[in-house]
Amino acid sequence: MDASNYLYISALLFTIGAVGVVVRRNAIVVFMCIELMLNAANLSFVTFSRINGNLDGQVMAFFTMVVAACEVVVGLAIIVAIYRSRRSASVDDASLLKR
Amino acid sequence: MMQLALEVGQTATPEAVMFWILGPLAVLAALGMLLVKKAVHSAILMAFVMVVLAVFYIAQDAVFLGIVQVVVYTGAVMMLFLFILMLVGVDSSDSLTETIKGLRPIAITAAVGFGGLMVSLLGRATLGRDAVGLSAANADGNVEGIGFLLFSRFVWPFEVISALLVTAALGAMVLAHQPRSSKKSTQRQQSINRFRGESLATAAGLPAPGVYARHNAVDVPALLPDGTPAPNSINASLKARGDMLDSNTFDLKKISTQVEEEK
Repeated sequence: MDASNYLYISALLFTIGAVGVVVRRNAIVVFMCIELMLNAANLSFVTFSRINGNLDGQVMAFFTMVVAACEVVVGLAIIVAIYRSRRSASVDDASLLKR
Repeated sequence: MMQLALEVGQTATPEAVMFWILGPLAVLAALGMLLVKKAVHSAILMAFVMVVLAVFYIAQDAVFLGIVQVVVYTGAVMMLFLFILMLVGVDSSDSLTETIKGLRPIAITAAVGFGGLMVSLLGRATLGRDAVGLSAANADGNVEGIGFLLFSRFVWPFEVISALLVTAALGAMVLAHQPRSSKKSTQRQQSINRFRGESLATAAGLPAPGVYARHNAVDVPALLPDGTPAPNSINASLKARGDMLDSNTFDLKKISTQVEEEK
């Protein structure tokens, strides 16, 4: 099978994730869409690793996973802190700079 | 025609069957993430996409990453997401109504443009050679190969990333920590509050609920020796939820103690 099919699906998943970040309002869903974009990039890394025949891409995907795990921990802590002070998980409500 | 036949011949492998079943399912699940209303359903669809990606990794000779994907993403990260979802609860932000005017058409147009650009670029790109495959790189085993790279060429990024993990853990602790609003009272202070307070009525502790009442249950107030009910015998959280019975119906002075003869 042509390995570039995986690249197409990776591009599609990345695009869907980007739309989700813009369109959805719940901060947790926005966060999950960012995770989807990171995962799509990981799929590209793994596919290019296979195309090029070395494991560098897989090591990069491994690093991406660690960074994503850190990001989830800190991001969810921020969401919980915002929820505590504003009683809402909507990204539209945290608009203090606008007023 | 020859080329087409070759491509069809290439895709008739077990991997192609797996890809053409799971690939569309993953895209549909990702689209569903955007379209479903409840955040919990989004999280479950996201977990499905991650499992499909793990299968893709394993199909592409990235066995270690496939297992890590299942363990770290579907196991830890998605459960963390669900945990925070349960903690934060569902609110009005789950609705799909558009709050910024014209945002959705712009987003979809930009996405179609970006996705079309990516797909057309990938379609035109040539790598100059066929895919090499990982059978040579994985000759000593996938885990051994990644481990060798991590501890030789990528050892410095590996150390930096460990520092990042520690920093993230500390940062999460600082962000989620809430200082005590009042000082924790000592045992001595508690004793003083009890006996030198306004009244000695509660010095021996509050009565237990349901004692000597008609029902022995936690939502029934205790009856004091003189027959009056004691509303403060019921747990405060039950009171706040409204799950308590009215004390007056248990007052012995108001209830007729006459036994009615059954017909």
